[in-house]
Formats: sequence, C-alpha cells, structure tokens
Amino acid sequence: MEQLVPANHPGGVGRQRRLSAWRRRLPPYLLSLPAGLWLLLLFIVPLVMMLSMSLKTCDPASGACVMTWSWGRLPHSVNLYRAQFVTSLIFAAAATLIDLVVSFPIAYWIAFHGGRRKNFFLIMLLVPFFVSFIIRTLVWEFILSNNGIFLGFLKHNHLVPSGFHVLGTGFAVVAGLAYNYLPFTALPLYVAIERIDRRVLDAAYDLYANRRAAFMRVILPLTIPGIFAAFLLTFIPAFGDYVNQEILGGTSNTMIGTVIQNSFLVNSDYAGGASLSVVLLAVSLVGIWLYARLLGSRTIEEYL
Amino acid sequence: MSPTTTRRLDAPRRERSALSRRLGKFVLPTYSGLVIVYLVLPIAVMVVYSFNRVTSGLQLVSFAWNGFTFQWYKQWSSVPGLTSAFWLSIRLAVVSTIIATVLGTLLAIALVRYRSARFHGKGAIEQILFLNIAAPEIVMGASLLGIFVTFNVARGFVTLVLAHVMFSIAYVTVTVRARLSGFDRSLEEAAYDLGAKPLATFRLVTLPLIMPGVLAGALMAFAISIDDFVTSNFVSGSSAPFPVWVYGASRVGTPPQVFVFGTVIFGVGIVLAILSLGLSRKRS
Repeated sequence: MEQLVPANHPGGVGRQRRLSAWRRRLPPYLLSLPAGLWLLLLFIVPLVMMLSMSLKTCDPASGACVMTWSWGRLPHSVNLYRAQFVTSLIFAAAATLIDLVVSFPIAYWIAFHGGRRKNFFLIMLLVPFFVSFIIRTLVWEFILSNNGIFLGFLKHNHLVPSGFHVLGTGFAVVAGLAYNYLPFTALPLYVAIERIDRRVLDAAYDLYANRRAAFMRVILPLTIPGIFAAFLLTFIPAFGDYVNQEILGGTSNTMIGTVIQNSFLVNSDYAGGASLSVVLLAVSLVGIWLYARLLGSRTIEEYL
Repeated sequence: MSPTTTRRLDAPRRERSALSRRLGKFVLPTYSGLVIVYLVLPIAVMVVYSFNRVTSGLQLVSFAWNGFTFQWYKQWSSVPGLTSAFWLSIRLAVVSTIIATVLGTLLAIALVRYRSARFHGKGAIEQILFLNIAAPEIVMGASLLGIFVTFNVARGFVTLVLAHVMFSIAYVTVTVRARLSGFDRSLEEAAYDLGAKPLATFRLVTLPLIMPGVLAGALMAFAISIDDFVTSNFVSGSSAPFPVWVYGASRVGTPPQVFVFGTVIFGVGIVLAILSLGLSRKRS
C-alpha cells in the first residue's frame, strides 16, 4: 500500500511528515481496538481474576476473600472431586470416540460421493443445530424415559425386563453427549476429507494401491489435522458439559461441570468453583496448546 | 467436482472388486441415511409431540400419545414466562449480533490488511481468538460471573449482551477473515486513484465486496447467541433467555408450548437455509 498510495505530504515539513507517518501507522490499532478491548475486559481479565480467586482464601461467613497464594488448593480440589473429573473424562472421551467413528464414514461419503447434493447433505448434518440445545436434550430425555416411546415399546413386547431403564445411567449421558456434539465432529472431518487432492488418490491407485492401502496410507494421514480439530471441538465442550448429565444422568454420575455450576450458582463457593474451573481450563489448554503447536492456531478456523 | 475428475477416478475403479463397488454404491449411502435419520429423529419427536393432547390437569408434555390437537399452537403465548423469555432471546440475539458483527468485522479487516511488522500484537490477538473459540464455555461463563459479582454489576440484559458479544466476536472475525483473504486490493486502489476518500472507498467499494462474509458472520453470531445456555445461565440473573427458561421449567415439567416454539424456530431456520442454498446455486 505504501508504494502505491503516495504519502500526503511528500515534501512537507518534518513535524507534518511525522504526524502523517503516525497517522498511517494507526489504522490497524484503531480497527482492532473495540473488539480487542471487549475481549480483554470480558474474556482475558475474567480468566486472570478467576485464577487469582482460586488462590484466595474466603471466609464463608462474611464472604470476604484474602489472597493467600494457596497453590495447594488446585491439586487439593482435583483430589476432592477426582471421581467427577474421571467421570467427565470417560464420558467425554467415549462420546468423542463414538462421534469420530460414526461420522467418519458419512463425512467421507458426502465428500467423495455427495455429488451435486453435497450442500443438502451438509444441511442434514447440521439439522440438530436448528433446534435449541436444551430442547434437543429434553427430547432425548423424552425418548429414553422409562415408559417413553422407545423403552415403552420394548417393554410392552417383553423385549426387555420391566425394571430396565436407560435414563439416569452413564449410557444415557454418553448418548446425549454423542448426539449433541456429532456435527462438531462431522464437519471438520468433512472439510479435511473434501480438501484431499483427488490426483494424490489417483496416483495411489495408479501405483497399484488397493482400496484399503489407499485409505490407510493416503486418506487417513491427510485427514489427521481434521481429526485433531474434530477431537478438540468435541472433547473440550463435552468435558465441561453439565446439561446432558443433569437432564439425562439424574443424580448419579456427576460430571465436573455440574460441580462447578453448583459451586457458583447454588453454594456461592466462588473460590472452590474457581479452582475447579482453573483445573478444567488447564486440561483444555493442554489440548489447545498441542493443537496450536502442531498445526498452528489459525488452522482451526478452516474447520469451523 | 468437475466431470473430468469423476471420469478419471472411475476408470481404475472399474477394475476393482464387486465388494468395494457395493461399498460405495450401497453400504455407505445406507449408512449415511441411517445417521441422518438418527440426527433427525429427536426433531421429529419434538414436532409430533407439539400436537399431542394433554389429558391430565397440569398442562405439561406427557410421554403417552393422547390424540392430535392444535391447542398448543392456538395458545402459543399462554405461558407468560416462556413468551417473554423468547422475546428476550430475540432482542438479545439482535443486539449482540449487531455489536459483534461490527467489532468482529473491523478486527478481521485489521488482521487481513496489516502484517505483524506494522501491527504489533497481531499474533497475540490471533492466539486470543483461538483460545476464545476453543476454551470450555463453562469456564468463560463462571469467570464472567466472577467479575460481575466482584464489581457489583447487576445481572440482566446488559450483562447478557456483554457476554454474548464476547463469545460471538471470534466467530464473526474468523468468518469474515476467511472471505476477506481472497479480496482484490486493486479495486480499492482504483477508487483511491479516482479520488475517493478512505471512508467513501470503504462504504462504496470494500463493504459491498465483503458483505457476503459479513452476513455469514452475523448469521453465525445470531445462531450462537439464540442457542446459548451455559454462559447465559451464569450471567442472566432473573431475566432468563429462552434456553435458560426452558431448562428451569423442564426440571419441574415442560409446557407443550416449548415444543411449539421449538417446531416453529426449526421450521423458519430450515426454510431459510434451503432458500439460501437455492439462491447460491442459482448464482453459481
């Protein structure tokens, strides 16, 4: 731009030239100031304050908090809620794995065989998003309920014992998580598979690769960034999710999200909730950092 | 896919076994169809049960099918909390979409236009955007509640807007930037050469060109805002938007009107999506 648009005062006095140089340097900062400030004050500052809150000690009676740098609280709270962390880990991992396995073939099929109706099939993949997340989960509660459409039918025909139930079990929670986050897995996979250069695949076949070898040694390796993005976009929200657990899991199998939500909104235990959130964030950051390290932080945009 | 590549792909494939051909022609389409049925199933249940009669005294959805009725569509606004929560959600989504779209677009322009040599902190902003998209929502919601409590900010519409803009900006920026990267700068230079001032150039040349990207970003922000539960639940206080209200009500019993709202929103959304699909096909 500098070469093409001449400066306003090519032969002007020094002060003016400095002023115009300064004005030319300003635009990127001015353009990014409002959004940057918003994110700084309402995203970064709250996270930093939460970290500091998790290191404070609060008096339960007065609610006053004093900074005590209690780093020990972080491992302590992990220990205290180890069961919930483990449950979240297992549920989120199971749901992510199910989603990867279920959505890979359909993503592959749409990318390679979707033909002219590709966009239509993509909308079908996104169909759950046209219904509110809460309503979707409520309908699953409805479908899986003891005498609901599904189990009621099975029980009526004596296909399962009358005491059989799905709701309130870990299975229902994983099913709900897997359903709700499936599009987050399927879309990145689709983008990654779609982007594979068909000529590379042709080359593999020309070099006498059979279908299996072409898949294992060409398609799968080229899809790995997409798989990683899908994993990140599914696992992290599923790990912190508490809606599925509260609606479908009943009182058992509490996940860490429920504990965090309750400490903030029910028990007003901000220090405790903050330290658990910090741990949750730290776990997610490991994945985020690994992703940014290996694939670059900008690549995630391609999969959104 | 162009016809030539299809033919070239098909040529060697013909030599492969009948089994692998069946996989592509039969197994995968059937499987994909089943997955789509699975994805659509709960929505079908929602639509069907929005027409279900209620026999008990309490007007709550029941698992049993009691017969067909239009009652809940006629009485769509008879649950006061639900209707006001719905309009709150719409207002919230409109306001936060407008703010987030403007801020996010400006940021996207800055990120595309200026290399890091002339834009210190560009790398940091990109990292923050990435973190904002990938961070668990419960952590963002909880930490926002933390600062609102610390600074004694009353929770309500304002805190909801602050939060919704915060998590929408990154999506808008990313969407707009993706469309901006193929932008032809020479069009702007032509405008400058013809004597247009920067602001006029932006209004008459740049903005119309990036408009599809800006609209896509706005649509994304709107969709995220109207469906948000986790963050809203933390920062809404007593003014609950639609998802928060529905969640709260469902713990006691869901009024059938919830399914009516769900069905209508779904219908409008899917019609818009198919229309835009038809439009983009016609244009191409």
